[in-house]
Amino acid sequence: MEEELNKPGIKTNRKDFLKKGLFAGSVLATGAVGISSLTSCSNNSGKKIKVLTADGKLVEVDSNVIIEAHPCCAAPAKESRKGIPGKKFVMVIDLSRCKHALKCQDACQRYHHLSGMNVWLKVFKMHDAETMAPYWMPKPCLHCDKPPCVKVCPVSATYKRDDGIVLVDNDRCIGCRFCMAACPYSTRSFNWEEPQYLSETKGAVYSPELGFPQKKGTVEKCDFCPDMLRQGKLPHCVTACPNGVFYMGDLNEDSVSNGAETVRFSQLMKDKGGYRLNEILGTEPSVYYLPPVNRLFPFKDVEITKENTEETK
Amino acid sequence: MELNKYQQELFNHQRPVIEKFGARTWKWTIFFLLWIGLGGYALYLQIAKGHTVTGMRDNVVWGLYIANFIFFIGISYAGAVISGILHILKVEWRKPIIRIAEMVTVISTIIGPVFILLCVGRLDRLHHLFLYPRLQSPITWDVFAIGTYFTGSVIFLYLALIKDFAIYRDAKLNIPKWQQKMYKILAIGYRGTKGQKRHIRISTNLLAIMIIPLAIIVHSVLSWIFGMTLRPGWHSTIFGPYFVLAAIYSGTGVLIMAMWVYRKMYKLGNYIQDKHFIYLGYIMMVLGAAYGYFTFSEYLTDWFGSEKWSNEVIDKIFNPAKYGWWFLFTNIAGILLPIFIVAFPKTRKPGWITIASFFMVIALWVKRYLIIVPTLESPLLPMQDTRTEYVKYSATWVEWALTFAGIATFFLFFTLLSKFVTIIPISEFGGKEKPVVTTKDSAEENEIAPA
Ligand code: SF4
Ligand code: SF4
Repeated sequence: MEEELNKPGIKTNRKDFLKKGLFAGSVLATGAVGISSLTSCSNNSGKKIKVLTADGKLVEVDSNVIIEAHPCCAAPAKESRKGIPGKKFVMVIDLSRCKHALKCQDACQRYHHLSGMNVWLKVFKMHDAETMAPYWMPKPCLHCDKPPCVKVCPVSATYKRDDGIVLVDNDRCIGCRFCMAACPYSTRSFNWEEPQYLSETKGAVYSPELGFPQKKGTVEKCDFCPDMLRQGKLPHCVTACPNGVFYMGDLNEDSVSNGAETVRFSQLMKDKGGYRLNEILGTEPSVYYLPPVNRLFPFKDVEITKENTEETK
Repeated sequence: MELNKYQQELFNHQRPVIEKFGARTWKWTIFFLLWIGLGGYALYLQIAKGHTVTGMRDNVVWGLYIANFIFFIGISYAGAVISGILHILKVEWRKPIIRIAEMVTVISTIIGPVFILLCVGRLDRLHHLFLYPRLQSPITWDVFAIGTYFTGSVIFLYLALIKDFAIYRDAKLNIPKWQQKMYKILAIGYRGTKGQKRHIRISTNLLAIMIIPLAIIVHSVLSWIFGMTLRPGWHSTIFGPYFVLAAIYSGTGVLIMAMWVYRKMYKLGNYIQDKHFIYLGYIMMVLGAAYGYFTFSEYLTDWFGSEKWSNEVIDKIFNPAKYGWWFLFTNIAGILLPIFIVAFPKTRKPGWITIASFFMVIALWVKRYLIIVPTLESPLLPMQDTRTEYVKYSATWVEWALTFAGIATFFLFFTLLSKFVTIIPISEFGGKEKPVVTTKDSAEENEIAPA
């Protein structure tokens, strides 16, 4: 199964799996292959760089990997339609830990080279009624199991994969924006003009699993970082959050991890009363929320300003 | 082609229109072309800079273009349904007005989809619709439905034209050679033999029957682009019939306006008579009442149920500080005005009916806007964006320029087409008609044909 997981010919470091804590149960059988021998970015510079992983360990990796880790591990468009075999990805977002630090958003914007205009991961200030307490709610794409956005796309430019991820292929999208009108969760963004920061992504080969380089006149959205998942790593928002708000994992293995701890998904749901956003719509999201009870931080209201919604880059 | 006395008179009356491209026509043509030129410049900007030059943003992803699209496909019902139904019912008085009706249909079915193209972000990828079609998507249904409908409408118009082309061909008109030749080709050797007549009759009947369900499908599918989403204000089971009705209604209004303009411009008062306005007025009145009923039940149920999400849209539409005045306008001008104008004998006159149609057609355009924009401005999750243009939609000059370019194209096509074919079909009249002289109130004395 591990061979299949790494379909586009990427061999992954077993230590890396363990460090990230993701898929910990299934990792032991993986062969140990150096991270710098990743097939599509094999030009080894020989320079080693020390980096700090999410769980605080110092590791040494090749400098090329740092820059190209992203482009190297995404499957090409055709393959990206299938998904990672045997997986069913879920995310859990613990609202009791969110203090609107926006580190998740920063990381997301940076790694996807997003211009200020388009924000994939929005953090909403929720205040459902006067009598209720306000709280912060990070919201990526919910990767619905019955996605209204996928239903309406006339050219199958947005699609649902076997592993639960919903992707957009901006080489195929005709920019009709029907998916945006259909998504009830305000997830999608449109490239209304020529995307900024194109220079940063110059040379990168587009893959729906990467989401960049962006293209004018097409739609984009949060993709659950499938290129990271292919390497057995956690999405950038998960690792960037200082408070461990995000858990990512596999429903089939019933385990999710926020980088620091790996827990049983079903147990987490049971213990903390997990729910999904607007269950009544029947979209069946893959993102679960844990209610904002016993909060780590008191709610401190922040004016939602230009800076923290658009200029996150 | 032998013409009887009535036909000869009708033809002689319209002959100069075809033979001369007068100074007035030139002026109008140039005026329309200027508008289209401005639209062309706007389109260039939009393609060069992207849709950022429009008022559309991530929340309100559709705006004027889509409203225009629904509007033009809507008025195309003039020919499809009005002339189709009247044809099937063999209503005699339809004859002088069917050509105008069918021209409205064909022209607006060309212009409508152009607005979709203006809205789409990647014009260069339209072939993807055929390369990777997805049958589940209402847009795919639309592509096929509108394609079929357009083909059907063109054939319907053409079938009715063949006999006329033969008349123009044989009439030794004072026109350039190429135009003579064109008539000859288009008449496809029609000589009025028994067999030819029969073929045309059967095909026209068949198409008249086919065009009605096709038209209904087109606008239902169009409404489902909205109806199939989960959004309040759109996700409604009556959207199909509601849109179909609005379409026939606005189509009737445009037909009345076109009749009025042509009657004035080419002095066709003997043929397009007061009674035509009054009969179409009656049709408009009935449709207006039905449309009012649909509107009432649609908004009453939403308002009475008052779900939180629906409420947000309803509040935007009812609130005078938001879209309230516009909504009131659509109901007064779009429902009450036509009904009252036609209901009172005093105002049941071509001029009044045309004025009512004019306001009604505008009201129905505004209504399409009110269906699209307030819903898009009410997402489920709170809009916490500081960029005002992301929160509230307001169309930019680019969108307006292209809108007016679309309207100008409509008029231009109409002007040009009326220089090639007679606005009142000649071959339709079998010879039983006697030339009529209209007095001011002659129409009121006429009996009302079963419509
Ligand atoms: S959240 Fe929106 S974009 Fe994401 S899968 Fe669901 S409907 Fe599609
Ligand atoms: S905008 Fe692109 S992804 Fe969305 S429905 Fe249209 S073609 Fe599909």
